[in-house]
Amino acid sequence: MSNFDIDAIRADFPILSRKINGQNLVYLDNAATSQKPKQVIAALTDYYEQTNANVHRGVHTLSIESTDDYELARTKVAKFINAPRPEEVIWTRNTSESLNLVSATWAEKNVGEGDNIVITVMEHHSNIVPWQQLAAKKNAELRYLAADEDGLLDVSNVDSIIDSRTKIVAATHMSNVLGTINPIAMLANQVHAVGGVILVDAAQSVPHMAVDVQELDADFLCFSAHKMLGPTGIGVLYGKYDLLDEMPPYMFGGDMILEVTYEDASWNDLPYKFEAGTPNIADAIATGAAVDYLSELGMDNVWQHEQELTAYAMEQILSLDNVKVLGPKNPCLRGGVISFIHDTIHPHDLGTALDQQGIAIRTGHHCAMPLVRSFDVVAAARASFYIYNTKSDVDALVNGINETEGYFSR
Amino acid sequence: MTGGMSGLDEMNDLYEAIILDHYRSPRNTAAVVDADIDLEVNNPFCGDEFHIQLKVEDDSVSEVGITGSGCAISQASASLLAELVKGKSAGDVQAAVDAVRRLLKGEDVTEEELDVLGDIEALEGVRKFPVRIKCALLSWVGLDDALREHLAK
Repeated sequence: MSNFDIDAIRADFPILSRKINGQNLVYLDNAATSQKPKQVIAALTDYYEQTNANVHRGVHTLSIESTDDYELARTKVAKFINAPRPEEVIWTRNTSESLNLVSATWAEKNVGEGDNIVITVMEHHSNIVPWQQLAAKKNAELRYLAADEDGLLDVSNVDSIIDSRTKIVAATHMSNVLGTINPIAMLANQVHAVGGVILVDAAQSVPHMAVDVQELDADFLCFSAHKMLGPTGIGVLYGKYDLLDEMPPYMFGGDMILEVTYEDASWNDLPYKFEAGTPNIADAIATGAAVDYLSELGMDNVWQHEQELTAYAMEQILSLDNVKVLGPKNPCLRGGVISFIHDTIHPHDLGTALDQQGIAIRTGHHCAMPLVRSFDVVAAARASFYIYNTKSDVDALVNGINETEGYFSR
Repeated sequence: MTGGMSGLDEMNDLYEAIILDHYRSPRNTAAVVDADIDLEVNNPFCGDEFHIQLKVEDDSVSEVGITGSGCAISQASASLLAELVKGKSAGDVQAAVDAVRRLLKGEDVTEEELDVLGDIEALEGVRKFPVRIKCALLSWVGLDDALREHLAK
């Protein structure tokens, strides 16, 4: 792992030198959002200080430069996920908007009465609710693939769940609660065999592992920049060219039209058909910088680092008497997201106590209420890792849990 | 960090001894038969859930039962609420709810009101932890709404 120098990486993240409640920050809420390296922050300031202009409009230098930078960022993202063509990368606001776009356009057009939509029980609310709404509107059926008690996707009955009326499978690549990595390529095969498409919620996978849309044979794939070192407010929808090309627009406005008369309009080519109005230029360019940063490290190295950390953390956390971990026990079957429950300390009390010790974790239902409830709990604590986390961060967490136990048993 | 627990000592205002006592041994948890007010309150964001039952006779609370689960703050607060409302008139309960809201927001609360609140003053430390105010107010707000609805009948 020659490129993976943890001290050099940590030095790139200014926020890691912050003190929280007098303690060194231990940031373990990466599944919610990642921190940003100075290279990404610099891309934002450089853009606003040197290049700022609207894209695809002017003939002046700044507009040409900002257009070039904006499109270069798209190309970088396309390469990062191995999309065959950059036009297959649509900029959105976030994963949720990407999911909603597909639901409101492709699925709106292709799902009819009596058809079914297949999702999994471990979806984020943003990959449940759009499908519930669409199923209700179209009189279609919403089907769920279950999880077994280890939190792995139960695919034993996949042949009967994905059937000839299945139009779309919408599945998370990696659960934001359980860390489970789902067999996307297999699901893609299944749904393609019946003529349907697969949408992948890759919000938790693209930041952490090499994701290849062609290898997965994903028809649509959605993720957010802010979980992968990039800025908030920008996300990506990847879609196969032919599918995107046949889809109606999602929003109407400037940049997405080819020609407008007083009576009618025609749509611009991909990807602009889906990018109405002035886009989020600065954040797109900074997303390109985030992709550069990750590519420099190498996604296989990123994944290996997190696997090692996850294995260590699982071992440490599982050794605690009063703590139960949700999801697969085998670190090889999961990513660096560990949700856990303490027998006596409520997640919010634990979250406050860890914060006092400078440790940031997530507490609550993690936007996956039905899944969290299926474990007979209403809330859980979650630690999630990224490139700048170390074994000593894990030690701080475990020590923090022990300290909190001590505090509440005083 | 062991021994001094420098970080955690800062939480003492939040988790006062009275709060931890009510959290570990909540009061008035028996179910109320033929309750006049029977409501569930919950905060879906943290999963806190309480079942509040009251019997109201001659405009006063004659019986109260609160059960449920949640964080230490929401559980202790619900237990303190249960202790307070017993025997109080609806008007007194509403005045107390109002005083607790002000107490948690750092607004003025009179000496007389603090006398009425008694141990509940221990919730004051929550104001240093603004994200936890909702935990403390969950059962209070629910009961306040339910009481208003009951009186309007």
